[in-house]
Amino acid sequence: MTQTSALRQFKLPDVGEGLTEGEILQWLVAVGDTVTVNQPLCEVETAKAAVELPSPWAGTVVELLFDAGTMVDVGAPIITIDVGGEGGAPSPAADPGGSGLIGETNANGRTAVLVGYGPRTTEARRRPRRTPEPAGTPVLPPVADDAPPLLATAPDMRTKPVRHGGLEVGRQAEAAALSEAAAPAREAVPGRRGPRPLAKPPTRKYAKDLGVDLATITGSGAGGCITRADVDAAIAARSATTAGAEMAIVAPVAGEERIPIKGVRKHTAAAMVSSAFTAPHVTEFLTVDVTRTMKLRTRLAGRPELAGVKVSPLLFVARAVLLAAKRHPMVNSSWDEAAQEIVVHGQVNLGIAAATPRGLVVPNIKDAGRLSLAELAAALGELTETARAGKTAPADMTGGTLTITNVGVFGVDTGTPILNPGESAILAFGAVREMPWVHKGKVRPRQVTTLALSFDHRIVDGELGSRFLADVGALLQDPASALAY
Amino acid sequence: MTALPEATEMVDPVPGAAAPHLPPERGVDTVQLLTPEGDRVEHPDYPLDISDEELRGLYRDLVLVRRWDAEATALQRQGELGIWASLLGQEAAQVGAGRALAEGDMAFPTYREHGVAWTRGVDPLHVMSLFRGVDNGGWDPVATRFNLYTIVIGSQCLHATGYAMGVQRDGSEDAVLAFLGDGATSQGEVNEAMIFAASFSAPVVFFCQNNQYAISVPLERQTRVPLYQRATGFGFPGVRVDGNDVLAVLAVTRAALAAAREGQGPTFIEAFTYRMGAHTTSDDPTRYRLASELEEWKLRDPIARLKAHLSRSGVADAQFFDAVEAEADELAVRIRRGTVEMPDPAPAGMFDHVYAEQTPYLAAQKAEFEAYHASFEGGHQ
Repeated sequence: MTQTSALRQFKLPDVGEGLTEGEILQWLVAVGDTVTVNQPLCEVETAKAAVELPSPWAGTVVELLFDAGTMVDVGAPIITIDVGGEGGAPSPAADPGGSGLIGETNANGRTAVLVGYGPRTTEARRRPRRTPEPAGTPVLPPVADDAPPLLATAPDMRTKPVRHGGLEVGRQAEAAALSEAAAPAREAVPGRRGPRPLAKPPTRKYAKDLGVDLATITGSGAGGCITRADVDAAIAARSATTAGAEMAIVAPVAGEERIPIKGVRKHTAAAMVSSAFTAPHVTEFLTVDVTRTMKLRTRLAGRPELAGVKVSPLLFVARAVLLAAKRHPMVNSSWDEAAQEIVVHGQVNLGIAAATPRGLVVPNIKDAGRLSLAELAAALGELTETARAGKTAPADMTGGTLTITNVGVFGVDTGTPILNPGESAILAFGAVREMPWVHKGKVRPRQVTTLALSFDHRIVDGELGSRFLADVGALLQDPASALAY
Repeated sequence: MTALPEATEMVDPVPGAAAPHLPPERGVDTVQLLTPEGDRVEHPDYPLDISDEELRGLYRDLVLVRRWDAEATALQRQGELGIWASLLGQEAAQVGAGRALAEGDMAFPTYREHGVAWTRGVDPLHVMSLFRGVDNGGWDPVATRFNLYTIVIGSQCLHATGYAMGVQRDGSEDAVLAFLGDGATSQGEVNEAMIFAASFSAPVVFFCQNNQYAISVPLERQTRVPLYQRATGFGFPGVRVDGNDVLAVLAVTRAALAAAREGQGPTFIEAFTYRMGAHTTSDDPTRYRLASELEEWKLRDPIARLKAHLSRSGVADAQFFDAVEAEADELAVRIRRGTVEMPDPAPAGMFDHVYAEQTPYLAAQKAEFEAYHASFEGGHQ
């Protein structure tokens, strides 16, 4: 170790993990000061903490390279210390490359790293490649010249690695294995089972959903990557050549069941789409106390007139809807787009949405308004029974004018029903639950349900819809008021 | 620095968090053999017969380990280490536990057990190389009976329990010491390990250094009961010991390891201590701790109380203390020199320790990787 002057610069280290800069809060030493190893030089604040930086060397402070209050990039020299006569500090021989100053570039073009992994100069540059070709790899079996390229348009990896050493080894080993295993079979199998075709995950899913085998497609994207457009083009080509044979593109995937869209499902879908996108729907909700209706139901169920028929809550809802519709005939109407007319129906053909094994059907009771309670009950029972048996006649499903859907039987409170096409209103009847309810000024357990009314806003205004719904609710809350209708 | 000015006091950033994390009074469920003032006291369940030589040895351990820790913290601030997890304040817990181990016993550390590493004879430079990013820990875990550091919180408890079950099946007399922190007690692995250990009466001791904070999360966010009481729920004994009392930690850990060796199954030790520094060099504890709390714990320093005891009882004199200080300075110079002189590892070295024995596939990858690097001018050979 010499006694001559030797200047060293301390670079701002990354004192946290992944910090890029720090502010020098204050200097704790001045030019000319003698410092010892680990003597605090300055206080630095980073995004994580304010810390003191201890001196890595003993010596004399020659220069402070930044003023306090300055924001400094990690890796920038902040102080110069003359370590000429130091003791206890690492000898200059410790420096990689043998240079005296950290940061000095050695003969190999590499920067001496005295400050650990932290500070890295931002102008790090790539080292130049030695020769264009490192003469292949000695350890791997040579890849036959006629072996299929691993990726259709991938660069030739045998001469020049393109990304990263480890990856290349994996790919090349894979390619070698594949060429060995697949080579004899390659001639015989036209649809060559090569490596996975190159495509981005969304494209893979897209193709999978459409039943398209990516191996049959040539990619047009960068590096031979198959794009969404390629998949679309493949489908278009397929349907052109195999017109009519639509099953050709359907390749079932394990765990997935493909159900043909037909019958009731097809009809339901068409009806729902047509309704939802032609009639502007508005849905209103009303929660009502139906305790009295439920009591009335019990009383009426014992009467001889109603013997043999099912006296269900739905019966009373149907009755209330019919009574309210009589008062508000516009809810029982249709929009005739072709004739540019609103058709107000003379009678209520009351549709009842029924869940059947074949799907949703909405048979209706013709001129339900004329029926007595017993007749209505009988009609409802027959209608649901016929529907569940799958024997509903087509005539019974057409000509409906107003519909009730009884979602309550599924234990559901309410929903936003979609209009049966051609109709102006549909009422969803939710589950009847015993709930705390304010009744005559006190909280009592009462039987409560929620009604939801969707209506075609072209015909039915908010006011009309609200009045209709309120009337249905009032009738269910106080069934005796039906006498006033 | 003396008492901090009032202005640096901060309000507790965690609403409702308890006031200072201070140890319970002596005798209240906490084993203590040396008071913070350095007075030797007895505990009925944990008698400790210790020679003057051993007492001086413990003091030397504590001082050297603290000096190493200080030097490592400085080296990180100088950019020589990527990160450092300081043990400041926890020296007694670690040295006490480490010195309780018999030669064949196996220890499973977290990433902060530098003091235990020291007692196992691990060269500090082998720990420094890990924090410098040169290797993944340079010591031989089989030869030193000290497993490599585990950075993942709590998983070493499963390793330790599994190892202990192996020891049990080998019919060996060895015991296993698993280290964990207070935050780790909330980890699934730790709870799974304790269930296995209890179910199989595995010869493992869970040594929890409760340093009051899981990074910034205070103890009261981890538990509603004192940690040592959790052991009861798993079906084995739990003991709380003053973690800043090296003698108490030594006695309690020895007893627990002896019980494990005798087939009495696991013990949970809660060493009640305090992390005087930051969680790691990337952390700023002033953002979540009260300065007054730190001041309180300074009065419970593990080294100061042993020094007081040694000088008061005449076991050691000024000459001894000076000699230890000088040795600590030498150690610091050796650590500094050794750390900054560590050569950067060759990039291909990462292939060497993936498996106990190299596989042909990895050997091929390594060769390819080396060829790739050799294709650059000035590349690693």
